This record gives sequence, structure tokens and C-alpha cells, in this order.
Amino acid sequence: MIPLSHILIVSSALFFLGVYGFFARRNLITILMSVELILNSANINFIAFNKYLYPDKLDGVFFTLFIITIAAAEVSLALAIIINLYRRYNTIDIEDTKEMKF
Amino acid sequence: MDSYGISSLALVLLPLLSFIILAVAGKHFSPKISALIGTSSIVISALLAFYIAGGYFFEFGNISGAFTKQIIMQFNWLQFTNDLSINLGIVLDPLSVMMLVVITTISAMVHIYSINYMQGEEYFERYYSYLSLFTFSMLGLVVSVNIFQMYIFWELVGASSFLLIGFYFTKPSAIAAAKKAFIVTRFADLGFLIGILMLSAGAKSLDFFTIIERLTTPGSAYLANFSGSFIGMSALSWTLLLVFIGGAGKSAMFPFHIWLPDAMEGPTPVSALIHAATMVVAGVFLVGRLFPVFAISAPDALMIIGYTGAFTALFAAIIACTQTDIKRVLAYSTISQIAYMMFALGVAGWGADKSEGFTASMFHLFTHAFFKALLFLGAGAIIHAVGSNELKNMGGLRKSLPITHITFLIACLAISSIPPFAGFFSKEAILSSAMHSNPMIYYVGLFTGGLTAFYMFRLYFRIFWFKKPEVHAHNHEVHTWFMNVPLILLAIGSVVAGLIPFGHFVSANGEPLELSIHLGSVVLPVLVALTGIATAYLYFARESFRPEQSVARFRLFYNWAINKFYIDEIYLFITKKVLFNLIGRPIAWVDKEIINGAINGTARLSMKTSEMIKPVQSGRTQTYAMFFMGGALVLAAILIFKFV
Amino acid sequence: MNVLYILLIIPILSLLGVLVAKKDRAIKILSLAGSILQLLAATGITVYYVCLRGDVGSSASMLFESSFDWFAPLNIAFSIGVDGISLIMILLTALVVIAGILVSWKIEKQTKEFFFLIILLSLSAYGFFISTNLFVLFFFLELAVVPKYLLIGIWGSGKKEYSAMKLALMLMFGSALVFLGISGLYYMAGEYGGHATWNIQELAKISLPVHVQEILYVILFTGFGVFTAMFPFHTWAPDGHSSAPTAASMFLAGISMKLGGYGILRVATYLLPAGAQNLSWIFIILASVAIMYGAFATLMQKDLKYMNAYSSVSHCGFIILGVAMLTKAAFTGAVMQMVSHGVMTALFFASIGMIYDRTHTREVDKLGGILKQTPFIGTAFIIAGLCSLGLPGFSGFVSEMTIFVGSWERTGLFYRIATILATASIVVTAVYILRAIGFAIWGSIKNKEYLLLKDATWSERGAAILLIAAIIIIGVAPFLVTILIDADTSNIYRQFLLNNI
Repeated sequence: MIPLSHILIVSSALFFLGVYGFFARRNLITILMSVELILNSANINFIAFNKYLYPDKLDGVFFTLFIITIAAAEVSLALAIIINLYRRYNTIDIEDTKEMKF
Repeated sequence: MDSYGISSLALVLLPLLSFIILAVAGKHFSPKISALIGTSSIVISALLAFYIAGGYFFEFGNISGAFTKQIIMQFNWLQFTNDLSINLGIVLDPLSVMMLVVITTISAMVHIYSINYMQGEEYFERYYSYLSLFTFSMLGLVVSVNIFQMYIFWELVGASSFLLIGFYFTKPSAIAAAKKAFIVTRFADLGFLIGILMLSAGAKSLDFFTIIERLTTPGSAYLANFSGSFIGMSALSWTLLLVFIGGAGKSAMFPFHIWLPDAMEGPTPVSALIHAATMVVAGVFLVGRLFPVFAISAPDALMIIGYTGAFTALFAAIIACTQTDIKRVLAYSTISQIAYMMFALGVAGWGADKSEGFTASMFHLFTHAFFKALLFLGAGAIIHAVGSNELKNMGGLRKSLPITHITFLIACLAISSIPPFAGFFSKEAILSSAMHSNPMIYYVGLFTGGLTAFYMFRLYFRIFWFKKPEVHAHNHEVHTWFMNVPLILLAIGSVVAGLIPFGHFVSANGEPLELSIHLGSVVLPVLVALTGIATAYLYFARESFRPEQSVARFRLFYNWAINKFYIDEIYLFITKKVLFNLIGRPIAWVDKEIINGAINGTARLSMKTSEMIKPVQSGRTQTYAMFFMGGALVLAAILIFKFV
Repeated sequence: MNVLYILLIIPILSLLGVLVAKKDRAIKILSLAGSILQLLAATGITVYYVCLRGDVGSSASMLFESSFDWFAPLNIAFSIGVDGISLIMILLTALVVIAGILVSWKIEKQTKEFFFLIILLSLSAYGFFISTNLFVLFFFLELAVVPKYLLIGIWGSGKKEYSAMKLALMLMFGSALVFLGISGLYYMAGEYGGHATWNIQELAKISLPVHVQEILYVILFTGFGVFTAMFPFHTWAPDGHSSAPTAASMFLAGISMKLGGYGILRVATYLLPAGAQNLSWIFIILASVAIMYGAFATLMQKDLKYMNAYSSVSHCGFIILGVAMLTKAAFTGAVMQMVSHGVMTALFFASIGMIYDRTHTREVDKLGGILKQTPFIGTAFIIAGLCSLGLPGFSGFVSEMTIFVGSWERTGLFYRIATILATASIVVTAVYILRAIGFAIWGSIKNKEYLLLKDATWSERGAAILLIAAIIIIGVAPFLVTILIDADTSNIYRQFLLNNI
């Protein structure tokens, strides 16, 4: 079997890729995709721990299902916000949405 | 309370009543009514004063051979601590009864005189209300039983004087003079206050007679409270010296004399009342009141008083010789004569053979009131007639002002101590007591007597002689009988007052004292006075080259004297340069720049800090997310290291 | 029902009335009626108190006590009670408020808000003086700060926004210190005295350790001292008083500064005698400095209101000196000075306000001839000035002399020097008062336009006469005041004797 650590390394790499993408990308949709990456990396972690440490239980799988659902809901909400934002500012560049400051 | 008690209460309170009526409702009365209210109240007080004096000196005052104090009434006004309280009361003893007579009489004369003199003035009723206030304050001062009570009336006298000097309040010079008078005497009063505090702490009482009793019994525990010494003088002497400083301020002793000449800005009757006969003798009265303590327990303080008095007498007399404003001459003369009273106290001691100075001082106070008030009122009549204060505008007035002329002459003779006028007897007594205890002061007094005669007769000859009277001169005095009557009455007083056997009534310990006149010791002062008169005649009775010649010969000294030895300039220097520039300005600067600056600086610091922190809220989502992530990482690290 | 609630109910009713009233005239008359009623109530309560005191003697230090629980978990109870000192301060407040309302009769801008705020201020003062629970005391103290800010900021003159802000912030700094102090007292009472309490009487019986007392004393004295414009926290006073509208200045200088003095006496000194004994020298130094410093700073001022404000710093220095000297006579003098200065400074600000309303300037150089043109206002100013320099016959004399005699009781070079410095200020005071009188009131009329000025109106006369009467009554019959407060200052002083100091 592939050692657990390999899978954890993959999920961490995905996590940090997502975080990087969140901080570094300008397009709001791309940022949304990075958030998805982060969420999915957590998913991989859950499945891996479930399969390797507690094979006879299904708790990890339940969590994963939850996360998938919630991710979907959150993405729809986020897209609604982005659409409104576009209607107001005519851009989906995150650098142009700096009005809520001092 | 018997009739004398009620009379004394009425005597003191009538002027107060008059003040209140005139101050509150005076505007609505006609000038005649105001004058009537003011004058009648004081005339009644004067009659009461004579009544009380008759009763005291001839009936109830003399108890087993000595005149003792009779406390008429007293009540507790303000209790500070268990020992110390301000009591208000009235005491009759030789000193206070004599002062009551003097104050009410002179005040009555001034009230009557002012009916003509101040006629037509704006604020006429206010003038009479201030005069009543002053009379009340002065009366309250002399009957005080408690040293703080005297301080209260002392301050009130100062305030009335301020209001009266500044009566012509639209004139800048009057305003400045009033301020100067108040501030200089206030500064002296500070000494008085500290002296009171020290006295009361040591003697544990504020009552005059208790203080005197406790501090004059040798070996008393209270005297031990003053046992410390400082530069060779005991603490008690310093305390009494501080009290004397208060007296020196009101009585215009050097260096506090500077306010009195300027106070001549007030109306002339005011000068007669306040700055000749009554307020300025308050300092002498104060030393007289505490005389037993001075004489028995603090003789070195008394010595300082003697020297200060002698110096001031000479100093003021020299300046008086050079002044050209009639009222200034009289002002410096007053300073000089009061200094006589002061040094008479200074050379006196305790005990029948040494206390002549006390009686002499009080005697001179009594006689001086008459002739000095007369001089001022006469000067007022002259100024009224001529329209100016300056000597150069006067001359040959003996035909146009006959009554003024004769009365003025009587007053000059009295002040120059020519027998048998009043001043002779009192000044003789002073000089003889000085001769017995301090010959140097005696010679100063003698010489000053000569100067006195000189400058007074300089005035007399310059005003009434010097020129031929004008052919068409008409008698000014027929229009002003209210002015003439006081002049005549005061002149009579100046003649007969000296003949009263004063020592019989007023002495340091109450027992009668014989003031004898030794023919041998009398000759010299009279001769000196006659010399002064003769010199004045030679210089001033006619146009003469002599004044200019003398001035030229003593040019430097003359300049110093006519500029009053520059003391006023020193006073101005101290107030402007020292008080304002050296102390006031830096304090205002410190307040504005440093303290306020600190507060404003704190505000600026907060603003700057705020400006520095503000950029954290940049509005950039990704920055916020980075902080969030950083926080989460820190938390994770902590959790890992805590639990793993 | 406790009689003292009347003192709170009348202002609250006036507040409601002012809120509801529509016309300006109605608002003014309502406020005036409310304040007069308050003075009558206060006088009535004082008379009742004196009679009761005659029966009860000095067994209970405070009379008319009552309390109900307000917030039980923290032992905060709304307890009230009075003694002579509180009553005289309440009388003072009532008097000054009436005078203030009368002087503001001609206010036009936003009258409703103005009178509402003034009455709110007075309510906070009344509440402060009757509370015996430290938390409630603090509550009323804080209640006053925002109205002051608004009054100065909206109806003021000159650099009003700056002054209002400075005043509010500095006073809040003071209250922060006060709160620190009273919380400290609360918790320390719990730790050393058995049970934590905010009540003044109970706290007086607890004896805290000396080092705790020292810290709390300094904190509380400084906190209340900021209210009394103690050097060096006095700078809010000149700007605040000068920019404020007349009635607010009168209240600020007359009453609000006395809240601090009362607090120092009642809280800092009464409850912490050991701390006071050890550390009062700090405040004696600050007080003496304030007296002289304030006097000299006044000398240099050119604006009448600034002059009066710095003069208030100097005179309130006397209050602080009296409280810090720790003798019974000094305490009595301090209370008398609180009353005397309150009335005197109210009169001063009233007359300066009258002058300003007419001439639109407060510069001493530009004024002149006020006495000639408007004799009533000039005379009122002169009377206030003579009271300020301690002329006998007016209230300033009795209070200052009592403080001097009380301070002189303490032997020791340090105390004597402090007292001498304080007495020396009478000379400087005379100089600046007479300068002001000489330039502004006396003198000939400098500005031709002044020839058209009218003298005081009936409302202004009323205010001035009321205050002058108070000054003269206290000055001529000081025993009226001492009878009221003597037992209570003895009571406070007894704390020092009890603790063997």
C-alpha cells in the first residue's frame, strides 16, 4: 500500500496551492477555484485518515459528503456575490474592490 | 446696656446706616437730601462721641486711679478653632475714646465742608455714601476688641480709601493712584496678616487684651512659644515687626509711603479726612494698641520703629521743601508728622518715667488731626478759588480769602510748634521723650522741626503774600459758608487742643502722667522753628533771587529731592519689570507652551498613532485573508506544540 | 418616601416639561420655575435638617438616609443621605442655577436643547451631592460630562470646539482615575474588610493597610483634582470657561469645580486617613503652586474671561490646600471657600457675560468706561472683584481667613511656607483685580459705540442681585454657614484622631 504520508503530502500540496492561488490571483472566479482546492484537500485528508486508520468506520466519508455539499452551496452564494459585484463595478478584479477601508 | 453702651453702638452703626441708605437709594434723592442724611448721621455720631468721652474720662472710666478698658459688647462671629475666633465687639479705653472723638469730629467737619466743595459734582450722593462707609470702617477699627476684627476694618478702610481716591474714576491718574494706594497697603497688610497668624499661634488667642496679658507677664508659657530667634531678634520681635509693617503701610512709613502723595488725586475733603487725620494714623493706633507687648517683651522691635519713624520724618520733610503742588507738600508733611508719632512710640518704654513717648505720640495724633485737616480744607478753599493746585498760580490771596488766610496761618503756626498753639505742646512732649532715651532721634526731630516750619511757611508766604493783592479782588468766601465754618472750628481746635492736660487722660498704663514743659528744653525747638519761619519769609514773602540761588548751589540734591528720591521709579520698576516680566510672563509662557503643550502633544500623539495604524484596514481582501491565515497557523503551531 | 427624592424629582419634571414645551418663552419660564422651586425645596430641607439635627445630635453622621438595591451582584445600591456639607453645596447649586437661567434669558439658538442640558447638569450635581454610594456618585459625576461638551461646543464662542473637546477629554481622564480609585476601594474593602461595598459610611469604618491607602489616596485625589483644576491638570479650565456660554461658565466654575473638591473631602480624605496623613504633602505643594501660579498667570491675561478662569484656578487652589492641610479649621475653610468661590465666580462670569453681550469683546484693552455707561453691570463686577480679593464683608474673606488660620495650625517649616505662599497671593490677586477694574470698568469710554449700550435687564439684575445677596450674607454672617458644616468637618477630622494620627 501507498504509505499514508504520501497521500498527506499530496493533500498538503493541494492545500497550499489553493492558499497561494487565493492570495495571488486577481480574478474572483480563480480565487473561488482556489477555495475549492482548499476544501478538496481537506476532503482527501478525511478519506485518507478514514481508510488507513479506521477502515471499519465511515465517519470520514460522511464528513467528506458534508464538505462537498457545503462547498456547492458556498460556491453558489459566492457566484451570486460576484455577479452583483460585477453589476456594480463592471469588473471582477479583486484589486478594484477596495472601498471598505478606513 | 446702659446709655453709654447704646451710644457707642449707635455711634459706630449710624454711619453704616447712612452708607447703606445712600448706596442703595442715593440716586433717587436730591443732592441736598443725600448731604443731609450723610452729614446728620455723622454729626450725631460726633455728639455721641463727646458724650461718651465725657462719661468715660470723668465718670466711669477711672477705676482706682487708672483708666481701664471697658468692653461694651462682644459676640462670637467666626469660630476658627477652640482657642481662636473672630469676635466683634466695642471696647472703650483712653485710646479708643480719644480716637472716636477725633474721627467723628474731623469727619463731621469734612461732611459739612463738602456740601459746598462738592456741589454740582456728578455722583454727589455716592461721595457721601463712600464717606459714611469710611467713617464706619474707621470707627470700627478703633473700637476693636479682637485683632482680626481690627484687620477686617483695616481692609474696609483700605477699600473705602480706594473708592474715594478713585472717585474721579474717568481720570487715568486717579485710577492709577487708587490702585497704587490699595496695592501698596495690601502688600503691607500681608505682613500684618502673617504677623496676626504668628501672634495667634503663640499666644493662642486673637483677643487684644488676652494677647497683651499673655505676652507681657514675664515667664509665661506663651512667651516661651516665641523663644526662637533669627538674626539676633526674638521670634516675638519678628512677629511684632510684621504687624508693624502692616501699620507702616497704612501710615505711609518709608518705604511704603509712595501711595500717599499720589492719593491726593482724590477730592480735597477726602484728603483732609483720610490722608491727614484718620486712616493714616491707623498704623500709629495699631502700635499703640499693642504697645505693652512692644515695650515689655520686644523692645528691639520698638527700636526699629523709632529709627524708621525718625528717618521717614526727615526724608519726607526734605521732599516737602521742594514740591510745587500744594497738596503734595501737605501730603509729605503728613508723612513727616505721622513719622513723628511713630518714633515717639519708638522711644517710649514701659513704666511711669519712660512712657512719656506714648502719651506724646497720642497727643500729637490728636492735635495733628486738627491742624492738618484745617490745612487741607484751607488748601481746598484756595484751590477752589484759584482753579489750580500749583503754587505758581497762587499769590497775594490774603485779601480775597480772609478767613482761609487767618485759619491757614493758625494751622501753620500750630504745625511749626510755636507756642501757645496746639502743635507746640505735642511736639515738645515728643522731643522731650526722645531727648531722654535716644539723643540722635532727638536731633533728627529737632532739625525736621525746623524744616517743617520752613516748608509750611514757604506755602503760607507764597500763597498769601508774594504778590500784591489784586485791586479788584473780591471775597470768594461769601458764597461758601459751609466751607468756612469747619475752617473756623478747626482753627479754634488748633489753638486750644494743646491746652488739654492730655497726659491726665491718655497714657500707656492708664495712670495719669504729667507732661511737664521745661523752659530750658523748650527754647531750642522754638528757636529752630523761628529760624525756619524767618528763612521762609526771606525766600518767599516777595519775589526774590534767593530760591534760585539755593537751588543752583545744591543742584544735585535738589533734583533728588524734587524727584522724591526716585522711590516711585523703583516701585514702578519692581512691578513692571520684576512682577510682570520676570515672573508673570514666564508663567504665562510655561502654561501656554509647556503644560498646554503637553496636553496638545498628547492629542497630537494619539492622532499620529492613529494615522500609523490606519493603513492596516486597507480594504484589500487578500491582505485580510493573509492575516487570517497567519493567525490560524500560529494557533495550529501552539496547539501542536501543546498537545504533541 | 425620602425627602431627598424631591431634589431629584423637581429637575426631572423640569426636564420633561422642557422636552414637551413648544414655545421658547414657555421653556424659559418652566426652567426658571423649576429652579426656584428647587431652591425653595433645598432651603426647606436644610431647615428640616437643622431641626432634626438638634434632636438627633451627632450620633448619625448623615441624615435622611435611604437606599434600595440597584444591581445586587456588585453590591451597587442607590443610597442617598445628606449632612451639612452636602446641603450647603446643594443650596449653592440651586442658587447658581437660578442665576444662570436668568442670565441666559435672551438665548435664541435652540433654546429647548440649551435649557434641557443646563437642567441635566444641575440634576447631575444634585445627585452627586446626595449620593452615599460611591458608584452612584460616579454615575452622577459622569452624567455631567457630555452636557458640558455639548453646551460649550454648540453655544460657545471663540475656539469652542477645541475647548469642548479638551474639557471633555481631560475630565474623562479625571473620571477614569476616580473610577480606578473607587473600584480599588471596593475590592480592597472586600479583601481587608470582610465584604466588598461601595457605601461611604461602611468604607469609613474599614481600616485598609497603609500602602493600599497611599496608592488609592493619590489616585482619587488626582482624579477629583482634575475636576477642581488642580495644577498641572488645570489647562482645561481657561479654554473651557472662556469658550462656554455664560450660564455654562457659571455652572462650570461655580459648581462643577466643586464636585472635585467635595469628592476629595468626602472620598479621598475621609476614607483614607492614613494615606492622607502620609502623602498630603504632595498636594500641598501642588495647591500652593496653583495658588501662586494661577494668580500670576491671571496677571498676564488680556481677556476678561481668561482672567477669571485663571483666577478660579488660583482660588480653587485654596480649596485643595484646605483639604490637604488636614486640620478641622482647614476643612471648614475649604467648604466655605467652595461655597464662596462658587457664588463669586458665578457673579463674575455673569457680569462679564453681560459686558460681552453688549460690547462683543472681552479684551481689557478695548473696554473702558463700563461703570459710566452701564453702572449696574460695573458695580456688579466691582463687587465680584472685591470679593475675589478677600475684602471683609464679602464671603471670600471668611473662607480665605479660615483656611489660613487652619493651615497655620500645622507647625513645621514646610506647612508654614506653604501657608505664607498662599497668603502672599492676596497681593497678586489685588493687583490683577484692580487692573481689570481700572481698565475695563473705570476709565473713560474708549469706543464711541459704547455710548449706546443699555444697562442690565430685569433678568440680569435678578441674577446679579441674588448672587450679591448671597456673597454679602455669607460675608456678614458666616456663622450661618459654620453652624451647618461644623459638626461634619469635625466628623471628617475625627477619622484622623481615631486612627491615631
